[in-house]
Amino acid sequence: MTAALIGLPLFGATVLLLGGRRTNAWGHLFAVAMSASAFFVGVATFVSMLGRSSEDRAVHQHLFDWIAVGSFHVPFDLQVDQLSIAFVLLITGVGTLIHIYSIGYMSHDENRRKFFAYLNLFVAAMLLLVLANNYFLLYVGWEGVGLASYLLISFWQHKPSAAVAGKKAFVVNRVGDVGLSLAVMLMFVTFGTVTFDGVAKEASKGDSTSLKLIGFALLLAACGKSAQFPLQSWLLDAMEGPTPVSALIHAATMVTAGVYLIVRAHAIFDLSETARTAVVVIGAITLLLGAFIGTAKDDIKKGLAGSTMSQIGYMILAAGLGPVGYVFAIFHLLTHGMFKAGLFLGAGSVMHGVNDDVNMRHYGALRTAMKITYVTFGLGFLAIIGIPPFAGFWSKDEIIHAAFGQNIFIGLATLIGAGVTAFYMTRMMAMTFFGEARWEKGVHPHESPLVMTAPMMILAVGSVFGGMALKFLGNIDSWLEPVVGHANPANDVSNTILIPVTLAVVLAGAGYAWVTYGQRPVPVVAPAEVSLLTRAARNDAYGDAINEAVFMRPGLHLTRALVWFDSKGIDGFIAGLAGFIAALSARGRKIQNGYTRSYALTMLGGAALIAFVLFLVRL
Amino acid sequence: MQLTTLMAIPLIGAVAILVLPKAKETLIKQVALVVSIITAADAVRLLVGLDTNNGGIQLAEKHSWIPSFGISWSLGMDGIAGLLIAMATILVPLIIIAGWFDAEKSERGSVKEFFTLILLLEVCMIGVFAATDLFLFYVFFEVMLVPVYFLIGRFGGAQRSYAAMKFLLYSLVGGLFMLASLIGVFIASIHELGHGTFDFTALTGLHMDAGTQKVLFLGFFFAFAVKAPMVPFHTWLPDAAAEATPGTSALLVGVLDKVGTFGMIRYLLPIFPDASHYYAPFIIVLACISIFYGALLAIGQTDMMRLVAFSSVSHFGFIVLGIFVFTSQGLSGSSFYMVNHGFSTGALFLVVGYLASRRGSKKISDFGGVNKVAPVMAGVFLISGLSSLALPGMSSFVSEFLVLIGTFSQNRWAANIATVGIVLAAFYILWLYQRTMTGEPSEEVKSTVTEINKRELVAVVPALALIVALGVFPQAALKIINPAVKQVQKYVSVVDPAPAVGAATQGNGS
Repeated sequence: MTAALIGLPLFGATVLLLGGRRTNAWGHLFAVAMSASAFFVGVATFVSMLGRSSEDRAVHQHLFDWIAVGSFHVPFDLQVDQLSIAFVLLITGVGTLIHIYSIGYMSHDENRRKFFAYLNLFVAAMLLLVLANNYFLLYVGWEGVGLASYLLISFWQHKPSAAVAGKKAFVVNRVGDVGLSLAVMLMFVTFGTVTFDGVAKEASKGDSTSLKLIGFALLLAACGKSAQFPLQSWLLDAMEGPTPVSALIHAATMVTAGVYLIVRAHAIFDLSETARTAVVVIGAITLLLGAFIGTAKDDIKKGLAGSTMSQIGYMILAAGLGPVGYVFAIFHLLTHGMFKAGLFLGAGSVMHGVNDDVNMRHYGALRTAMKITYVTFGLGFLAIIGIPPFAGFWSKDEIIHAAFGQNIFIGLATLIGAGVTAFYMTRMMAMTFFGEARWEKGVHPHESPLVMTAPMMILAVGSVFGGMALKFLGNIDSWLEPVVGHANPANDVSNTILIPVTLAVVLAGAGYAWVTYGQRPVPVVAPAEVSLLTRAARNDAYGDAINEAVFMRPGLHLTRALVWFDSKGIDGFIAGLAGFIAALSARGRKIQNGYTRSYALTMLGGAALIAFVLFLVRL
Repeated sequence: MQLTTLMAIPLIGAVAILVLPKAKETLIKQVALVVSIITAADAVRLLVGLDTNNGGIQLAEKHSWIPSFGISWSLGMDGIAGLLIAMATILVPLIIIAGWFDAEKSERGSVKEFFTLILLLEVCMIGVFAATDLFLFYVFFEVMLVPVYFLIGRFGGAQRSYAAMKFLLYSLVGGLFMLASLIGVFIASIHELGHGTFDFTALTGLHMDAGTQKVLFLGFFFAFAVKAPMVPFHTWLPDAAAEATPGTSALLVGVLDKVGTFGMIRYLLPIFPDASHYYAPFIIVLACISIFYGALLAIGQTDMMRLVAFSSVSHFGFIVLGIFVFTSQGLSGSSFYMVNHGFSTGALFLVVGYLASRRGSKKISDFGGVNKVAPVMAGVFLISGLSSLALPGMSSFVSEFLVLIGTFSQNRWAANIATVGIVLAAFYILWLYQRTMTGEPSEEVKSTVTEINKRELVAVVPALALIVALGVFPQAALKIINPAVKQVQKYVSVVDPAPAVGAATQGNGS
């Protein structure tokens, strides 16, 4: 049953990739069917879990022994527990909706079949990531989604920018993978096992240094995959991929894998306060950085990408709070998966209507031309900025609440983040749907077809009710508690104060944006005379410039120097040696005089030398 | 006699081709292909028949050759040798298929000569891995140079003579050092046993003092390090690989270079255990340097063939690293790495060869946008590249990680450094892909680079399929390797370090 979850989309990808052009006609439908079947299997699994008591809900499936060398044993085993199933439903549910949406979005693309094959591949890899029962098998899914992400970011690889962005995403993720590799190695040498259960059972016996190092290594892995500071730079470039990809991989699912990893390894983080603190700090930095970048972007997708960074920062931060925050990290991950996917699909729909222009300065007044997109995007907007009772309110409020319970500064970071989020999202709403029309010549905005708007509407329902459903119907905290544990914050800051304060901050941010962008005309060309801060935000806080200066340029020089050294230094030395020997043998030729007696003498000398050396070393 | 028979098959094939008239080129090719397939099938049959509970030499046979020097025609194989022989013999038919028309292009060599040389090389490749007599190993080690020399020198590119000579000289010099040490070992065996011997098992029982070991070790190590190739003895490889035909490069890097690392496991560790321990720290440093140096040089290359060659320098760094940490994961990982690297680099050389022969250039800058004109070619290229960068799900990932984890438990710093190498691998492969396959194709690319044809596909798909299959079911190979590795560990008296907190049983979660 569990294996079928992964098997179905994997089968889809295989058929479409190996089948080639023959599958062009029906490939997309087949891929949708595979993804949808996986969703139904997921629902069936979920329903059967509901019927069991909380201790018996987890299901394990042993497939085969994957690797066994010495004491390093890695089973190819899957497990579905309360945490995995939440991801399974998100991945296959949102995934299927995005598959359907893509039928319309990619309808004119000559490589549509390949696109769907890669989507199926992604779903399979992501499911393996969340269903593996050990850290090493998780690794396969972990880089599998990285591969799918690479293929899909550079899907339009005839565009150099897309090809570069795909490579960048993969390479930066590899930096994170170094962390995952080190974590697995540390776990093995510390605990002798790499299974989730095994590590959790042995964790308390580990020394604090090992636990701390494992925590850091896992955090590095999470930073790569989830675009957290300092490995965030690839995510903005990843927007080169087709918009459904941005929605599925770079918003709803893959980029949240880092959160999954940390929560999954809670046994480690429970025991290491240092590691937890590092996680919180990274989360706090990223949530502010991402939001900051979001404030100055004119590219609608990049604005949303900055927002994704920021929202994942919230989740990472929550995960770093320990048992106080794990369940809320996942809670926010799930609501974010719904509303952010909806927002991205909305952005895609807008782009579809305006000839694939991503510049919001060329939008304006689209609420009349694209009513469904406007309403669904608007509901996602209300959800993300945290207006009650929309989805994001419930989950974000819990994180802010837990953060204040931990530390006033961490709490303030989440609060400021909420205000900035409201600012950049309102700016986006205003520039896109309100104000006067600033459409380019020849652009006639129109609503997208039903195959695209239907998934948007379904996700909008999630944006409205998702938070309430998970909190009140799903009891998300008690559902996850058996797996990740749950505790109340040490000093409880009353929600009766916190909620109004948060709302006030949110409304202030939104109001400021509305006054600036909703009430005043938006220049069609981005003003050049802007503050240093705006300039920094436009340049992604100079993340690329720093990478360029610290890694790429010195690396290039080093490489060039080494190439020179290799041919002129090493090879040159040996060529010189060869020349020397040639000169020497020209002289040595004289020794070849043809007299047996002199040869015999030489042989005797040689033998004596060998005997002498052997005698020496025996001493 | 089974291994002698295995070697006889390609030898008979080579003789058969020799008696065929030169003009019957197609028939010659067909004979070569059929013979190589039979050889591969037989090698796989022998491999499958190995007893996986036995880590020693199996299928042993011994025929006296030069009794006065204790030299015998002794063959046999453990799991490591068996897998390498299987890998080598599987690669040969693939290379014959891929190089079906390579010989015609040469103005000097003939089709007949080309395929005779390939089959003769195959005889030597089996022999060098199957030999259990140190002298016999040496003979194959040296004789093997001859067919390769001619394959490069007569069928290669513009700089072929230079490259072939360089290859030959490097190997010969390395071989001479080995010969000196070989004689030393022989003398040591006289001292201890009263009669000289080259028999592998007898030599592992010697109790040479540490000083002698340290001296004799170096001769072998130098020969193996040149072959492997390790920095700084590597500069022959890029030239040879760039000038040879793609098939020859695949065999050269995929199989012949493995003789160096195979020799380390088979001969250095068991015969010179004390010296192995003594030199291990230095060799580990050298291996780490190789990993980085090779990867950085690969990034800096402008020629596709040279890039692949330098990537192999990096890969060999991993293999050597895994060997000299002496852990079961390290040794098994390295052994498995040798097999996987043969297939993945083999495939990569072949695909690069397809591209180069179409475009008439190996320069990276002469390509670009290939994905648009030949998407299947680009796809095959990407898969080969992904196996080179050790993507999880492929066998190369398993072996690379085993090396890393085996290193980590013994030497944390080396493992930390080597792990960073995986970032560089991703960079040089994907950057190569970006520069050659993506973007808009130029007019030259459009007019020359055609889609991969069926024959070419048939040559690379089996290798890629094996890489994926062994990535999902690595245990199929590891269970053959593990007992042999355990035996090697016994020779160097090493047991794996225990975990910090004793988790005696594995929670496999079922």
